Amino acid sequence: MTNTIGDYQTKPTLETFGFLPKFSAEDVQKQVAYIIANGLTPSIEHEHPSNSMDHYWTMWKLPFFGETNMGNVLAELEACRRSYPDHNVRLIGYDAYTQTQGSCFVVYEG
Amino acid sequence: MASSKAYEAGVKEYRDKYWTPDYVPLDTDLLACFKVTGQPGVPREEVAAAVAAESSTGTWSTVWSEYLTDLEFYKGRAYRIEDVPGDSDAFYTFIAYPIDLFEEGSVVNVLTSLVGNVFGFKALKHLRLEDIRFPIAYIKTCGGPPAGIALERDRLNKYGRPMLGATIKPKLGLSAKNYGRAVYECLRGGLDMTKDDENVNSQPFMRWRDRFEFVAEAIDKAERETGERKGHYLNVTAATPEEMYKRAEFAKEVGSPIIMHDFITGGFTANTGLANWCRENGMLLHIHRAMHAVIDRHPKHGMHFRVLAKCLRLSGGDHLHTGTVVGKLEGDRNSTLGFVDQLRESFVPEDRSRGVFFDQDWGSLPGVMAVASGGIHVWHMPALVTIFGDDSMLQFGGGTQGHPWGNAAGAAANRVALEASVKARNEGREIEKEARDILTEAAKHSPELAIAMETWKEIKFEFETVDKLDV
Repeated sequence: MTNTIGDYQTKPTLETFGFLPKFSAEDVQKQVAYIIANGLTPSIEHEHPSNSMDHYWTMWKLPFFGETNMGNVLAELEACRRSYPDHNVRLIGYDAYTQTQGSCFVVYEG
Repeated sequence: MASSKAYEAGVKEYRDKYWTPDYVPLDTDLLACFKVTGQPGVPREEVAAAVAAESSTGTWSTVWSEYLTDLEFYKGRAYRIEDVPGDSDAFYTFIAYPIDLFEEGSVVNVLTSLVGNVFGFKALKHLRLEDIRFPIAYIKTCGGPPAGIALERDRLNKYGRPMLGATIKPKLGLSAKNYGRAVYECLRGGLDMTKDDENVNSQPFMRWRDRFEFVAEAIDKAERETGERKGHYLNVTAATPEEMYKRAEFAKEVGSPIIMHDFITGGFTANTGLANWCRENGMLLHIHRAMHAVIDRHPKHGMHFRVLAKCLRLSGGDHLHTGTVVGKLEGDRNSTLGFVDQLRESFVPEDRSRGVFFDQDWGSLPGVMAVASGGIHVWHMPALVTIFGDDSMLQFGGGTQGHPWGNAAGAAANRVALEASVKARNEGREIEKEARDILTEAAKHSPELAIAMETWKEIKFEFETVDKLDV
């Protein structure tokens, strides 16, 4: 009898959306739209992969308070990636009402 | 100036003192709504007044010593009666209790009064406590959840999605090392946390200290290998408070971020004490609800789970089981949404369509994560994300560990299904309606999910709800 059981290999992942295929530009854009539509403040952070379990990553500029233009957020993500090509870059949606993050996922892996 | 009254011994009708239809409740009053089924022939007002009296200051006979105090100040008052839709035998009565009837910060004291002797009262056939409005002044005296939803997310680095868990199976009989293996496999596969079953305490096959040590190693290894934060609710429910605290201290010593307690079998006194301990020790507290259905399932007698849920938020807990709506355990959708709001929101308005009888202001009390657990699998994921939203813990026990490839693959299948559902929701899709498409698409990139979908495609739990809302 052939054994049909697969071998599941442990993967290092980076929390939310870490189990989905890499996001396309369109996928990222839709999540930015979600952040803006829900009144969350977009913010970008980056960190070397060796420190990815730290709570604090380095902020890219300041959170983009009041930003409602998707294109601006996508451009900042791109600029952050160009400046730190070997870093992980994540996009956050700060929720001022619940005082936590309504969204957070890694857009680029270093 | 108040004049002194003469003492008259004897038995009076309750309604003379305790039925006060003109009373306007104070903001500081604790309000309760009971569903009352009286014995035939007793007028509604008399039954309502009897409930108010027996759950506050009254007893069956006048006593001389009540003239030494001002019972007008302390008495509970039945102030409203309403029909129960679709039930001519029962009616709702609304009772206002002055805040000074209750010790500060003690849901134990509140429940001892409100659901004490009165439930055995002979003039009543059935009695059910449907809801309590806790005044904000009282809420401010309670500790509440040790951490709350926002702090838990920050500690565990889980954002923008429900968390994923599983109860380790088989629930009884594993050795400590084999149990730790099952935990490790679930966590390395992508679950955020695993859970002791409620009846895992410290039995001969696996003593608590051994379980804690092996589980701690499992968490540590899974965190190092995945790069994600993990946990396991170590159940510290025990025969005595002393033993409970001893286990909690050891859980802290091995580095666990979370422990677990059964709040009804363990009792509110133990629970409130443990919640205080957790707050002081930076520990999260997961709350199981064994025995709840004994109290809350009968539509005419006992108390509704929304009351137990409100009491738990005051007593303290960071997670509470709420049922799943879609899985193997009882739970009406609107009613469930009603008490899930009570756990998580800072203000919940009256909404009879959800069984919410009062506006409830929770002030700054932290929120409790809703836990959906029991007979759920990957096919339910889009519905669960829709019903429970992000501030929930979705627990797939059999739905993880029953995967043909084992726990890790089962965990990965659930994680893929969860993240695909959240992604689609954020993109504005109607994920409950499009469930099949969303999962089928996600399974193209995940053989683990494809196999899970095949394994559980026919499993449904379609029975009518016993405890329906009165509509």
